[in-house]
Amino acid sequence: MSETYIARSSAIAARALAGEMMIMNSADSTFFTLNEVATTIWQAADGRTPLREIVRQQVCEQFDVDPEQAQADAEQFVAELSGHGILLVSDQPLTQEPR
Amino acid sequence: MSLMAEAGQKAFDLGVPVSVHLDVTYRCNERCVHCYLDHHDHGEMTTAEIKGVLDQLADAGVFFLTFSGGEVFMRRDFFDLVEHARRLLFNVKVKTNAVMIGETEAQRLRALNVDTIQISLYSHRPEVHDAITKLPHSFERTVKAIRFLRDQGLRVTIANVLMTANLSDHYGVQKLAADLGVHYTLDPTITPMMDGDTSVLALRVPGEELTEVFHNPALVPNQEEFCAPPKPVSEEDLDGYSCSAGHSFCYISPYGDVFPCVQFPLPSGNVRKQKFLDIWNSSPQLAEVRSVKARDLTVCSSCSHLTSCTRCPGLAYMEGSMRGPSAADCEKSFYRTGVPTANMLRQGLTKPRPAAPLVQIQPLPIPA
Repeated sequence: MSETYIARSSAIAARALAGEMMIMNSADSTFFTLNEVATTIWQAADGRTPLREIVRQQVCEQFDVDPEQAQADAEQFVAELSGHGILLVSDQPLTQEPR
Repeated sequence: MSLMAEAGQKAFDLGVPVSVHLDVTYRCNERCVHCYLDHHDHGEMTTAEIKGVLDQLADAGVFFLTFSGGEVFMRRDFFDLVEHARRLLFNVKVKTNAVMIGETEAQRLRALNVDTIQISLYSHRPEVHDAITKLPHSFERTVKAIRFLRDQGLRVTIANVLMTANLSDHYGVQKLAADLGVHYTLDPTITPMMDGDTSVLALRVPGEELTEVFHNPALVPNQEEFCAPPKPVSEEDLDGYSCSAGHSFCYISPYGDVFPCVQFPLPSGNVRKQKFLDIWNSSPQLAEVRSVKARDLTVCSSCSHLTSCTRCPGLAYMEGSMRGPSAADCEKSFYRTGVPTANMLRQGLTKPRPAAPLVQIQPLPIPA
């Protein structure tokens, strides 16, 4: 089974506010706020850790969630954010975007 | 409420400085007739000092960062500062006259994913714009830069400060902005110079003229709401407060002085002497600003305009009290709605008195 690797785009602005991440995409001024679970995934998106590991090690450890449901939710979340250019997704490990 | 407004309210309620305006210099290549700044360098923060401040601001939770001046490109290290800010993932807005922006600079701003570039333009007529900036060919250079920036896909806003010298030109500037495919914003606020010289206030648009501006659908699209008579004031309104200055926003000068807002010259600390968060959390001045509720306002708490007025506590402070009225905003409320303000009624006025002299930002004396 191929793995999914995710990395934070350097094109965006981001800051945590009371445990939740505010994210703004300068390309289209789309503004997002991530809940605590999504923030955990976003912060762990280092391009090297597979999404499956992030869900197992971070999400399931910190939140009381069903692992399968958590994996499905994480995949949906990643697809949505990558559609807005906020997360970079690959089946290979990623390095940060060059600036 | 939009997601961004919700986040702003959350920051306000929690006392997080989510937005900071940082002037990196007061030096400028233009000499605008209405400008309040002293353009001499009295010891600007160095590159390393500003980068250190940016690090602290990121740690403090600042998300929206505005770089302004003076003219930001007078600093040779400006791109270095923007690059550092973007590395820290700030949402960066730049205010500039754009005279020094060529194609290369526009490309670099795009590559750094700057959110918005706000550019001062005073007229669609080169001779009027250049007469205000006192820099020959500044109109031509600014408009050329706007095209470079727009072509890079950057979000550009033309800021049109309105004064007697360009009063009839806002239609032309608005049309020029539309032709260029950029945003347009109008600002009728003129403040005194830093040395206390109030002669520039003669450039203010006379109150009567504001009626025409406020009732112009081309300039104010939501006429019905904007010019509606004030709504009754509730107990909840009296317990609230609407301005973010000192609550979730502050201003830092090129010399490191911290103020509640760029338009609220209450010295609250200096980042060369204290950590930013120590100032934010412990400054008695900021604590006083935060302590003020609508019901504490000496005149405005009994004013029918309380909830819809643009009352600026900084302008009120410049008039003498952060709890008092701001005559410039009383004037706007009256000419917007035709309903007299409490400040006018207590003085028996049927129309606002010309705005009072104000005191401007002064650098903080730094103890030896």
